[in-house]
Amino acid sequence: MFEEIVAAFMVAALILYALMGGADYGGGCWDLLARGPRATRQRRAIARAIGPIWEANHVWLILVVVLLFTGFPRGFAIIMTALNIPLTLMLIGIVLRGSAFAFRKYDRRDEPVQRRWSVLFGGASFLTPLIQGMTLGALATGQIRAGSTGLTTGFLAGWLSPFAWSCGVFALSLFAFLAATYLTVDTEKEPDLQEDFRARALWSGLLLGPIAAVVFLVSREGAPAMFEGLTRWWAPYLLGATILLGLGAIVALWQRRYRWARMAAIGEVSLILGGWSLAQYPHLIVPDITLQASRAPDATLRLLTIALCLGAVLLLPSLYFLFHIFKGEESR
Amino acid sequence: RWARGAAILFAVGAVSGTVLSFELGLLWPGFMEHAGAIIGMPFSLEGFAFFAEAIFLGLYLYGWDRLSPILHWICGLLVALNGMLSGIFVVTANAWMNAPTGFRMVDGKAVDVDPIAAMLNPASLHETLHMTLAAYVATGFAVAAVHAFFLLRKRTSTFHRGALAIALAVGCISIPLQILSGDFSARKVAQLQPAKLAAMEAHYQTGKGAPLLIGGLPNDKTQSTRFALRIPKGLSLLIAHDPSARIPGLEEFPRADWPNVRLVHWSFDLMVGSGFILFAIALTSGWLWWRRRRLPDATWFLRSLVLAGPLGFIAIEAGWMVTELGRQPWIIYGVMRTSEAVTPMPGIALPFFVFTVIYILLALAVIYLLRRQFLKAPESVDKATAASTHV
Repeated sequence: MFEEIVAAFMVAALILYALMGGADYGGGCWDLLARGPRATRQRRAIARAIGPIWEANHVWLILVVVLLFTGFPRGFAIIMTALNIPLTLMLIGIVLRGSAFAFRKYDRRDEPVQRRWSVLFGGASFLTPLIQGMTLGALATGQIRAGSTGLTTGFLAGWLSPFAWSCGVFALSLFAFLAATYLTVDTEKEPDLQEDFRARALWSGLLLGPIAAVVFLVSREGAPAMFEGLTRWWAPYLLGATILLGLGAIVALWQRRYRWARMAAIGEVSLILGGWSLAQYPHLIVPDITLQASRAPDATLRLLTIALCLGAVLLLPSLYFLFHIFKGEESR
Repeated sequence: RWARGAAILFAVGAVSGTVLSFELGLLWPGFMEHAGAIIGMPFSLEGFAFFAEAIFLGLYLYGWDRLSPILHWICGLLVALNGMLSGIFVVTANAWMNAPTGFRMVDGKAVDVDPIAAMLNPASLHETLHMTLAAYVATGFAVAAVHAFFLLRKRTSTFHRGALAIALAVGCISIPLQILSGDFSARKVAQLQPAKLAAMEAHYQTGKGAPLLIGGLPNDKTQSTRFALRIPKGLSLLIAHDPSARIPGLEEFPRADWPNVRLVHWSFDLMVGSGFILFAIALTSGWLWWRRRRLPDATWFLRSLVLAGPLGFIAIEAGWMVTELGRQPWIIYGVMRTSEAVTPMPGIALPFFVFTVIYILLALAVIYLLRRQFLKAPESVDKATAASTHV
């Protein structure tokens, strides 16, 4: 039972990472794509939105990794070996992105210097979520196999498959949509910027539909376990709810009800990742590594569960406080 | 302005922390597969401490004029506290690698895992104590060096005088404590990992009344150390507090279990040497301060502070070299060889070089930005003092 609790915390941390860190990546993409007469102001609005919580969002990813190696050490060892190459690329992306953003903020204000950092920041913001999606997708392909001696399929299995690519593109566009939707709320005091981000949120949101359909179709061949998971009894309800929320976000954007749009987008992303995890359950890596097969001993999992509950009780209120102080400003 | 500097360092820290947690698996999957369940706990706790640090640093940095002064100060305190806690947790995990407890190995698998016992292993106390004090020593003297540098240019700046006084006090109080904790650590190492101690001291032949060797050129083939400064009976006196005590030398251990003696010995001397130079500076400052009843600001004194600035960090790095290289060829002392833990990934040299280059670039950029942060806008000094008196 404890392994399920720890796994549920991991999924929750992953969702929070997507909602907060993902939006940072999306913001970086829009930074790179900033066009037109208001490009500089768009960049400034994005930087302001990322500013207060900045790289702190990576703690969610660190949490996922730490829970993985504490709770499921065998799964961790195999994932880190099989996906060594994409994970290394992702780390390079994270390092470049985080530092480019910081350095742009504190470096000289003149245009060429700022642009150089911007290109690096934006480029890394494209690369990183793409690879994150590919990595996550690779786990479901069933191409990463492990025997009693460990990994048997080498370092290229899974993550280069069409299914993994489709997941990468999906993650990228999902984050871009999320960021644009957040930004419509963050720019309430600047109506012209708000219109810019509304347009971006609308078309990226509309694009999500066909991309999701492609992921689903590719999964029949590329990730049969996932496809089967998505055809279980609960799946139609979950898919229906996700689609409703997606449409709701678009309608709300259309009608300029930005707060509603933000809520719908948050719900949409949470349901996608939650449903994804449910479809893959009980596998950590399809088909050989289940939660049960890679779990740590009971003593560890029990302690971990206690620590997680205590941590949640202590830290979530402080985090709420941080958000309240900075994001709460606008509602005054 | 240190707050802004801290923001730069924190961002780089958050990023490289992410890298680190992944690299544990990318480089050492064999180690993590066995050790994850046993020492994952301190990493998880460290995660929480780091998390709290991130949250309160956010509040601290962006809350100057949005929080009440007391609340703001409490946030600062929590940042410091959580920073210290995360350091302690991580070092606990390293201590476990040196003194593994809290499990039994049966047929190559760990059973009866007890994560709490693993955290409270026999090496935890001295390692965490030594590292926590080291952090205060290094930061104290490094910050003192920066402010001494600015005082050399403009002797009257109240901001730099106040900051120097605080930093110097932190450094001068922690360095004598650090030397005591170093003595404690060495005696624990002698007890837990005699081969590591022998390598640290380049001590080859077992014997009573062993001399203390400083510097020199250890030679594994002849099992002797040439050109070293010898203090007769010094080692026995330090380790056992008895000039005729018997200290086992490297010859007691199979050759395959020796660490790289030269690197360990030299790193050890570098660490101890840096520590004692800082101790001398602390004594001098204490003496001057007491005699003149005010912050010492003679040019030669400030210059020596600037020169000594990096020593604390050099000592930290050298100390980690001692503990890590000294543990080789084991990754988990007495349980698992480092070579058994490494990833089967071929061409691992490539990512190694890529990451080295990235870290060098990051380090250069950080130095450049911190430099700009401090050389820029000297007029903001008054603003900074005004802000600090606000709090």
